[in-house]
Amino acid sequence: MIPHLISTRDLSREQAIALLDISADMAESGARENKKLPALRGKTIVNLFYEDSTRTRISFEVAEKRLSADVINFSAKGSSVAKGESFKDTIVTLREMGVDGVVIRHPSSGAPHLLAERDWIDVPVINAGDGTHEHPTQALLDAYTLRAKRWGDSARSKGLDGLRVVIVGDILHSRVARSNIWLLHTLGATVTVVAPPTLLPPGLSEWPVSVSYDLDAVLAQPCDAVMMLRVQSERMRAAYFPNAHEYSAGWGLTLERFHRLSPDVMILHPGPMNRGFEISSAAADATQSLVLDQVANGVFVRMAVLYSVLTGTEVMS
Amino acid sequence: MSSSVLISGATIADGTSSDILVVDGLIAKVGKVSDKTDRVIDATGLLALPGLIDLHTHLREPGFEQSETVLTGSQAAAKGGFTTVFPMANTSPVADNASVVELEQSRGIEAGYVQVQPIGAVTAGLLGTHLADLRGMADSRARVRVFSDDGKCVHDPLVMRRALEYVLAFDGVIAQHAQEPRLTEQAQMNEGEIASRLGLAGWPAIAEETIIARDVLIAESVGAALHVCHLSTAGSVDIVRWAKARGIRVTAEVTPHHLLLTEDLAVSYDARYKVNPPLRRQEDVLAVRAGLADGTIDIVATDHAPHPSEDKECEWDVAAFGMVGLESALSIVQQTMVESGQLSWADVVRVMSSMPARIGRLPWSGLAAGAPASITLVDPTARSVFSVDHLAGKSQNSPYFGRELPGRVVHTMFNGYLTVENGQLVDAETVASAARLRVAAGLVRGLNEERHDG
Ligand SMILES: [Zn+2]
Repeated sequence: MIPHLISTRDLSREQAIALLDISADMAESGARENKKLPALRGKTIVNLFYEDSTRTRISFEVAEKRLSADVINFSAKGSSVAKGESFKDTIVTLREMGVDGVVIRHPSSGAPHLLAERDWIDVPVINAGDGTHEHPTQALLDAYTLRAKRWGDSARSKGLDGLRVVIVGDILHSRVARSNIWLLHTLGATVTVVAPPTLLPPGLSEWPVSVSYDLDAVLAQPCDAVMMLRVQSERMRAAYFPNAHEYSAGWGLTLERFHRLSPDVMILHPGPMNRGFEISSAAADATQSLVLDQVANGVFVRMAVLYSVLTGTEVMS
Repeated sequence: MSSSVLISGATIADGTSSDILVVDGLIAKVGKVSDKTDRVIDATGLLALPGLIDLHTHLREPGFEQSETVLTGSQAAAKGGFTTVFPMANTSPVADNASVVELEQSRGIEAGYVQVQPIGAVTAGLLGTHLADLRGMADSRARVRVFSDDGKCVHDPLVMRRALEYVLAFDGVIAQHAQEPRLTEQAQMNEGEIASRLGLAGWPAIAEETIIARDVLIAESVGAALHVCHLSTAGSVDIVRWAKARGIRVTAEVTPHHLLLTEDLAVSYDARYKVNPPLRRQEDVLAVRAGLADGTIDIVATDHAPHPSEDKECEWDVAAFGMVGLESALSIVQQTMVESGQLSWADVVRVMSSMPARIGRLPWSGLAAGAPASITLVDPTARSVFSVDHLAGKSQNSPYFGRELPGRVVHTMFNGYLTVENGQLVDAETVASAARLRVAAGLVRGLNEERHDG
C-alpha cells in the first residue's frame, strides 16, 4: 500500500507494476458505456493548484469524477510568496473542512512532501508536479503508454525490461525527467539523457542513466523510445544556450532527425509542445508519436493512483 | 559598596585547578584564594573559560523585533556562555551610521547580559554601491572596527577595494559574506546530486570560493585586513591557507553548523536546515574542522540568525535562510572538535574568545588579575537532548532539536555578576540593575568618548 504518491523514487517495482495494472483495469472500464465507477463515492478530493496547469488539473478532475468522488478545485496561484495566507494555514483549513485526499501542484519543490510528512493534515497526498522535483503521475502515464504500446494485450504484470529510452532536453529543470528516470529504471528500462551540458543537473553521474551531449550519436544507436522535453524560452535568457535556432539544431527532434528515426521508435512528449523548437510537427503528429495516447492514458493512470491511495488498496495484490 | 565573589575549585582550560577571586566586577586573583567573600560559587568539576565572544550575531533590532531584540539576543548569548556579541548591520534601518550603532550599543548596556559591540555596514543601506559612514561609526561611542554587509556580499570589486583601503585609517577590518550573487541566483542548497534530486536550485562552492580568492588578492595588494565570514567549503579552506602562507592579512570564521551538519538534511525539505551559506558535503565538514584545528580558520562564530516560525514552517524556497546558534555553539564545538581530539579546551578559548576579541579589536586578557570578570563555567561531562528549553532567544529555528549534545553552561558571569546561574537565565531586572552598578562604577566601555586603539 502506498499512503501517498510523492515521488516515483519511493515506488518498488511491484508497486509500480501494480499501479500500471490497475490503470489497465481503469482503461477497460473506460471503454464501457457507463464510464463511471463508484469506488470513491462519498470521498471529497481537493485539487490544490498553486500553479496553472489546465491539462493536468482537468486530467485529475476527469479521473476523480469517473471514480464518483466529490471534487473541489482550489486555485491558489501565486503561492504564499504573494501576500496572503500561508501554505500551512491553507492546509490546516482544508483539514478542518474534512477533505479525504489532496492532489497538489505547487511551484515549490517539496511542498507535497511537507503536506505528507507534517501533522498539518492527515490524508493521502498525490503530487501533481512540484517545482523542479517530480511529477510522478506523468511518469506513470508515460510508462503505461510505453508498456501498452510495446506489449499490447499481454502487457499486464510486465515491466519495461530491456526497453531503451532516450530523454532529450532540459533535464536540469524538468520534474518529468526526474520522475521518469527513477520509474523507468525501476521497471527495467535503460535510460539515456541527452542535453547541452548546461541543462544537465550536477551529480547526474550518480543517477541510473547514461549521459550524452550528442543527440545524433545517440539516435544512431538502436532505441525503443524518444521522449522530448519541453524547453522554456526563459532558459535562453538565463544563458543556458545561445538561441533557439542553435538549441533546435543540436537537441531538437527536427524533421531531418525524425526522418532518420526508425518507424518503430516511439515518440513521447509530456506537453505542451513547442512545435518547431524542441520537436518538429512532423514528429509530433507522426503515427509513431504517442502524444495523444499519453493524454488519454493520463486519466486511467490518475484513476489508478487515486483509487490505490484513497482506498488504501494493496497495490501489491 | 564593594562586592566579592569566590569561584572555588574551577578547572582552568590548561587543566589545572584554581580559585578565582572577583571583586567589584574585576578578576582580583587567580590561584589559591583564602579571602572571605560575600559569595562563593562552587565550581568543582566545572571548566572556567574566559567569557565567549561571538563575532557574528544577528540581533534583529532595530527593525525585526518579531525575530529577536537586543535584550532577547543577549539572553540567548548569555545562555550559551557568551559575554560579548558583535551584531551584524543588516537591521532596519541599516547600521550604516553612528546613530544606529550607538543605539544598539546602548540597548546592550541597558540589557546588561553581554557586551554588544556593533558591526557597521560597509556600504550605505547594504546596497553595495557607496561606502557607509565608516569613519563616523569608527569615531562613535560604539567605536566600530568591524564592518560587514553580511547577508549580502560586497560583490563590486572596486567597492571592496576602496573599503579595505579606507578602514586602514583606523585599523578596521572588512568582514566579507562571500557569495557571488550571479552564481547564486535563486540558489537554495548546496549544488550537487542531492539538490538535483530534490529539485532545489544549487548553490555552488565556487560562489564562495571565487569571492574569497578575489578578496585575499585585493587585501594583499592594499595591505588591508580581511575577515572571511562563515567559510563553508574545502576549497575556501585551501584558499585561506594559501593566503596566510603568503602573509596576507586574512582571518576566517566557521559556524558551528558547518562543523556538524551536512546537505543531506535537506531531504526532509525542513527549512530549519536552510542556511546561507548552505550546509555542504561531509568532505567540506571534515575540511573546515581540519582548517579550524590547524589555525587556517581562526575562530568559530555563530551566525545566530533568528526567524519567526512562519518563515520556517513553509515551503523550502519561500523560507528564510538562517539558524539560531548562540545557545548551542559551545556544545557543537565540544562535540565536533574537542571530543574528536582536534582541539583542546585551551584551543577552544582561542577560537571562541581570544581570537574573536583580537579580530574585533577588543582588549582581552582572559582569566588574569585585573581583567573584567567575564567567565563561563561549563560542565563538560553533562549530556542532554537539545530541546526548545535550551533556547533563550525569541526564535526557535534551531536545527539541533532531538540531538544529544555534550556540555552544559552552568554559570555565565559578565563583569562580575551572573547572567546565567545553574543553567537558568538570571531575570532581566536583576541583570539590568547589576549592569547599572557597573556603569556607575565606570566599568562599562562605550559610554564615553575616549578613543580606543587596541
Ligand atoms: Zn552571512
